Amino acid sequence: MTGTEFGPLRVGETIPDSSFLSVLTHRGLQPRWEAGSSTRPEVPEATTVLALTWSDGVVMAGDRRATAGNVIAHRRVRKVYAADDHSAVAISGTAGMAVELIKLFQTELEHYEKIEGTRLSLDGKANYLARMVRGNLTLAFQGLVVIPLFCGYDDAMGRGRLFTFDVVGGQYDEIHYATTGSGGQEARSFLKSAWREDLDRQTAIEMAIEALVAAAEEDAATGGPDVRRRIYPNILTVTTDGVAELDDDALAPLVDTVLGRRP
Amino acid sequence: MTMPFYVPPEQLVKDRADFARKGISRGRPIAVLQIDDGVLMIGENSSPSLRKIGEIYDRIAFAGVGRFNEFETLRVAGVRYADLKGFSYARSDVTGRGLANAYSQTLGQIFSHEVKPYEVDIIVAEVGATREDDSLFRIGFDGTLRTAEGVAVLGAEEDEITEELLGARTDGMGLDNAIIAACSAIRSASDHDIGDAEWEAGFLERGADRRAFRRVSRDEINAARNG
Repeated sequence: MTGTEFGPLRVGETIPDSSFLSVLTHRGLQPRWEAGSSTRPEVPEATTVLALTWSDGVVMAGDRRATAGNVIAHRRVRKVYAADDHSAVAISGTAGMAVELIKLFQTELEHYEKIEGTRLSLDGKANYLARMVRGNLTLAFQGLVVIPLFCGYDDAMGRGRLFTFDVVGGQYDEIHYATTGSGGQEARSFLKSAWREDLDRQTAIEMAIEALVAAAEEDAATGGPDVRRRIYPNILTVTTDGVAELDDDALAPLVDTVLGRRP
Repeated sequence: MTMPFYVPPEQLVKDRADFARKGISRGRPIAVLQIDDGVLMIGENSSPSLRKIGEIYDRIAFAGVGRFNEFETLRVAGVRYADLKGFSYARSDVTGRGLANAYSQTLGQIFSHEVKPYEVDIIVAEVGATREDDSLFRIGFDGTLRTAEGVAVLGAEEDEITEELLGARTDGMGLDNAIIAACSAIRSASDHDIGDAEWEAGFLERGADRRAFRRVSRDEINAARNG
């Protein structure tokens, strides 16, 4: 049966799986970036994001800055998102592509859940995300890289889990903490010395903020908390109860505490 | 050369409609009830895994009676339509009216062009900010699109159940009482016993943040009925 795109429904479509991307691809609507010339355009880049586990879950954090070359392109970019009710995803790299990737990933998880009547497993979600990153490989060679960080609470294992990715779609199960982006190295060094077993929620959140502050001190592309403008990092927690986001009022005193104790 | 027999269009449509109606009238009923807290969809379903009620989008749900494979095809097409529209434009651009229209077009097309019509009746329910903003759409096997107010019933003994539910429905009725009323109306119209494990329900919750649909478990249904 044929029809216009949003006209009568398409009922006999042969879409091989329960994937939303397959629906888009089937109709020729999948997001595409065709980089023509070999020179890389100057586009905003999202920088440092990180995640670390604590005794009951995972905290995920991202700074708010996007840069294009030596220019601060945006001050209030969001890099950390709830992927669905039980997992979260953060991105670094070419901001425009990354935001589209997240939107597609979120739709994908919801679509699968509705079609199949059951949620994807945490490993299933991570695998799918790896596939999406791999899909961008050609562009990555031209400098348009998107690297996500993924975390969720695994009810079967009874703990929070983290996944990192590389540009070829490699997927790595991390245990304690993970970082990515231009300030990721610095944040990782900080977490390496600060992280310990049996952290509580409050300590873990403060540690995430402090790791971002540490990254911002060394990396010009990472924005530290801007107290005057009330621009704070985005912080999400994922526990067995689901994803929760800290609002500015909850973050303000924590940011003050952290900034107060920095050398 | 053989000439095809001439069949007058009245006869053709009547035959097709009779065929579809016969299939649907055997379908186990589903009742949809608008209450203050949202929209309840509940029906008899002896299978624990095959669902007749499902989520389409944030505020929109679907219920179907008739042939399972046919309304399941429609449900999946509806989810694809809604997700694609929400992804291309914005989540708030996906409306029950748009979806109901698309279903109506599709069923109408199938009724007159395919080898056999779909033997299904479906409901698209959308929960709004207030009761006045809710909408219930009924789409018939031939694409007939009707809106319903307060109560809508699909399947066997439709009129009897509708009448009883319209009488039982009160202002300020809670979810538990709505479940009780719907179960008893379906039960009394049924010619056979319906066991405790043979119910399926979904609820569109008013005022939910984003995805308003949730399944009401059999335990929850039985707790309401016995409690």
